[in-house]
Amino acid sequence: MTQSLFARPFARPFACLFSALVMLSVAFWHTDAHAELTIDITRGVVEPMPLAVTDFYGAGASEKQFGADIARVVAADLERSGLFAPIDKKAFIQTGESLNVLPRFGDWRIINAQALVQGRVEMTTDGRLRVEFRLWDVLSEKQMVGLAYFTVPNNWRRVAHIVSDAIYKRITGEEGYFDTRIVYIAESGSKVARVKRLAIMDQDGENHRFLTDGRDLVLTPRFSPTLQEITYLSYYKGVPRVYIFNIDSGRQEALGDFPGMTFAPRFSPDGKSVIFSMSKNGNSEIYTLDLATRDVRQLTKHSAIDTSPSFSPDGQYIVFNSDRSGTQQLYSMNKNGGDVKRISFGDGRYATPVWSPRGDWIGFTRMHKGTFYIGVMRPDGSGERLLTQGFLVEAPTWAPNGRVLMYFRQDRNDKQGKGGRTRIFSIDFTGNNEREVVTPLDASDPAWSPLIP
Amino acid sequence: MRFKILSLVAVVALVAACATPTTESGSGAGDGTYTGPGSQADLVANVGDRVQFCFDCYDLTPEARATLQKQAAWMKTNSNVKVVIEGHCDERGTREYNLALGHRRANAVYDYLTSLGVSANRMATISYGKERPENPGSDETAWAANRRAVTMVR
Repeated sequence: MTQSLFARPFARPFACLFSALVMLSVAFWHTDAHAELTIDITRGVVEPMPLAVTDFYGAGASEKQFGADIARVVAADLERSGLFAPIDKKAFIQTGESLNVLPRFGDWRIINAQALVQGRVEMTTDGRLRVEFRLWDVLSEKQMVGLAYFTVPNNWRRVAHIVSDAIYKRITGEEGYFDTRIVYIAESGSKVARVKRLAIMDQDGENHRFLTDGRDLVLTPRFSPTLQEITYLSYYKGVPRVYIFNIDSGRQEALGDFPGMTFAPRFSPDGKSVIFSMSKNGNSEIYTLDLATRDVRQLTKHSAIDTSPSFSPDGQYIVFNSDRSGTQQLYSMNKNGGDVKRISFGDGRYATPVWSPRGDWIGFTRMHKGTFYIGVMRPDGSGERLLTQGFLVEAPTWAPNGRVLMYFRQDRNDKQGKGGRTRIFSIDFTGNNEREVVTPLDASDPAWSPLIP
Repeated sequence: MRFKILSLVAVVALVAACATPTTESGSGAGDGTYTGPGSQADLVANVGDRVQFCFDCYDLTPEARATLQKQAAWMKTNSNVKVVIEGHCDERGTREYNLALGHRRANAVYDYLTSLGVSANRMATISYGKERPENPGSDETAWAANRRAVTMVR
């Protein structure tokens, strides 16, 4: 069954860029002769590295504007990561075209910049934008990375995020996460008749769009690893069921026709199946559905609640939420439903487990004595750390590099249902650098996309 | 004087509350909604449309069973009525678990009404988890009110 509920042609920057973007290396060599400029992000508290992001040089007025905009987005990306401290442009000594020849490193050492980003924007004769940038180690006066990209001018933001990812990766050794999007639930209206809409935005909150119109209650969206689709729960026609939403076409399709309520969907790591819960006669079990063959498999068989399944990135294991011990706890099992093990043993209740894309941690929500926590633990349940807490914090989701999470936070309502704002925050897996992700309306149920291919 | 006005308001409110179930004609409320026998208004006023649950529970209390026995009798009297049983939770749980818990609550009511002789094909269940609180507050009173299963006439 296919319904076009909110069909709207998708402004296609992402699809376009994929085909139109050509990346080429300007120059790229490792410099072994001196101490590498690096940041170890696995340490607890990191002193942000001072760096200078100069306006990318442009000869014409429009190129100059693109150059300034790109530099602004790059600096904002790096600043938000908590690992970099972009230096105020007003302090810069060297500016303008001279930078394009060669940086005067002394000028940058004076203002304590450890790294320098400079670039150039050119409009090609066929109307494309050519963006090149170089990252310099100011102390050793060596280029750390230099890359150039061609794209349609509308995609300048994506190029900026790709530049940010390249800088982040060169200095931290980890994959970046700036060229990504967030799908979430935008909330508005009274607490007793909340209007909820599927919405999507870049990870920095830009390019915000609503994907559904709010007529049907929608919950818990999750990205496909192949990116063009989202699986989520909709009460379309008053029946709660799992749907798949195609971002490009705006079409939504029911996952299948099941005899009970289907909910808590997530894609498998290869994107070829969806794992979800179905509640029949009040009993929730975990199932998978193969999207190609429509083959359905039941993985759990227990009178307890079994829900919130999440695959390990290699697809071999599943972590899920069950109250089979009496309260909500986290369990793991193999992909066939065998070898079920309880992995959470702390005080209180555990919920919403989600496996990191790196496979090394599981994010979760914990509830204890009236407080909610977001935490991480190893897949065997060891090494539990709580990252943040509140009246209600819920639903962690991982950045594709497995080093940053988002979750949502709901404040307490007064008796009239006022004051209980619901907002999305990001936080490092170390528990540092907690920041609000600003959205036009209240926001819940964030889901981080993979890196845009 | 002030006191007198207050008591007058109270009297009016009581009369209005009594008026609904005594509507014999079933012609309905002012907005055109049917309020006669077998209506939601009839169920609310004369039987009770809901049962409450303790935190993270789905078992039926003696009070809940008493209400549901009256609901079963009312379903027999109004033999054309079909209902949807909505299961709801308070906000002190996670979203997906609460969807499952709400479905358990709705099904606890469904199973008990079935055991009392109400035909299964007259009833359906749905869970709203914590999505449709009745009381918008964030305190024990609100949470207790929101942990409920409500029988809705279709």
